[in-house]
Amino acid sequence: MESRLAGLFRRMTGDEKHEWAAASTLDVLWVLYDRVLDVSPERPDDPDRDRFLLSKGHGPMAYYAVLAAKGFIADDVLDRWTEAGSPLGQHPDRTLVPGVEIGSGSLGHGLALGVGTAFGLRAQGRTARVVVLTGDGELDEGSNHEAIAVAGRHNLDRLTTVVVDNSSSSHGWPGGIAERFAVEGWRAFTVDGHDHEALYEALTVEPDGRPTVVVAVVGSGE
Amino acid sequence: MKQGDTGQDAAMRVVFAQALTKALVQDSRLAVVTADISSAAFGEVRERFPDRVVNVGIREQAMIGVAGGLALSGLRPVVHSYAPFLVERPYEQIKLDFGHQDVGAVLVSIGGSYDDPVWGRTHQSPADVTLIDSLPGWTVHVPGHPAEVEPLLAEALAGDDRVYLRLSTRTNSTPFGPSEGFTVVRTGARAVVLAVGPILDQVLAAMSDVDVTVLYASTIRPFDHAGLRAAVQSAAPDVVLVEPYLRGTSAHEVAVALADVPHRQLALGVDRAEEKRVYGTAPDHDRLHGLDPAGIARAVNAFLGAAR
Repeated sequence: MESRLAGLFRRMTGDEKHEWAAASTLDVLWVLYDRVLDVSPERPDDPDRDRFLLSKGHGPMAYYAVLAAKGFIADDVLDRWTEAGSPLGQHPDRTLVPGVEIGSGSLGHGLALGVGTAFGLRAQGRTARVVVLTGDGELDEGSNHEAIAVAGRHNLDRLTTVVVDNSSSSHGWPGGIAERFAVEGWRAFTVDGHDHEALYEALTVEPDGRPTVVVAVVGSGE
Repeated sequence: MKQGDTGQDAAMRVVFAQALTKALVQDSRLAVVTADISSAAFGEVRERFPDRVVNVGIREQAMIGVAGGLALSGLRPVVHSYAPFLVERPYEQIKLDFGHQDVGAVLVSIGGSYDDPVWGRTHQSPADVTLIDSLPGWTVHVPGHPAEVEPLLAEALAGDDRVYLRLSTRTNSTPFGPSEGFTVVRTGARAVVLAVGPILDQVLAAMSDVDVTVLYASTIRPFDHAGLRAAVQSAAPDVVLVEPYLRGTSAHEVAVALADVPHRQLALGVDRAEEKRVYGTAPDHDRLHGLDPAGIARAVNAFLGAAR
């Protein structure tokens, strides 16, 4: 799979070796799409599909590569990415790309959208999961803190936030990111963001009445 | 605290809360999101449907984002708060969490431009319609009477699109809407005066002895281009817009409607030039902005006089 993802990356970046492996979100995305999420290109509108919301929409090459690897988009669509007429931009657009649940790029929107989606699915008696991916710098946006508190107070236990922590927040999070969520009633795990087994384990814990946060720590600057 | 501080007993808001509560019970597709303001009005129905009737606390960004998520899940969200907190504070959420996601919602505000000015600028939202109008695909209803609220709400709930319903504590004495396009309230020869929502009574009082056609709109987006053209053809190509929010908000629509007709237009509404640091009552502010009958009459007569 490494060589396949590397090849898909190269179609967008022209990069021979380095960029794809350094993408901070790649391991999380791969574990989610390969082993965790109940999604399929055959049924992108199935109301019972799991929802993956990429809140951190900037730098979506890893996302597009994984979507191509899983058959949501054709490989050759990657070749013309960011060109006029291509469905793939530097920020993903849900109306242009099959399997993409939200258009994102502006930081701080995905978590509240995920909270609302979790409310809506639960109201309809569905047990599909909602997984939102944010960055640690993105957590600077106050809108996330509104959403974290709302989710924690409403026992949205089919909601998971993955925070890819590459220490990009300007002022940091004293006490750690996991603690920020935990005090609001979330169940929190902090794992090595490149360790597939650790990610898988944290992303597949049984629901216990609380939303879950998985802080995936990667090297700073990734 | 001054009575009626946020218009809790306002007739339009009471009609809205009762109609929406009834609809929530009957239609499992509907959801409502509040940020504390008016949440008590939905307290009982929230106990029955805790996942479809969500109060997020004083968190307006989350209020809009959660509504966007509810829509993404297939529900029809209604979002309600005081106008500045519903529209101005979470403007980017409105832009991205509905329009950019290509989902719909019904936003319902109360408070208008200056329904209770004792609270000052923080609780005034004369720019709300202008802001919504800057985004594609929104229908904007500005009812002028409580009897117009339920039919407009029912229509909005039945759809999938993006709707802004602007409630007010101000009201005309008689309902004239809702209707598909502009309603002809009176016909005359010298000009066409378009009154939007709860400003109609002032317009009728101001124009009582002036020979003009008066149109009424409880829906201002989409703008009834054909209705305005027809009125202008049977009166005169002089158009006066009287809107209870930012002056000139619909001026560009008049220009589009009459693009091939030599015409003049005068826009009346809430002053754009300065922030009025004045408390008092809504009628006090009508006078300040020239929206009381005397101010409207003065402006229209000057406009028509200049035509001669």
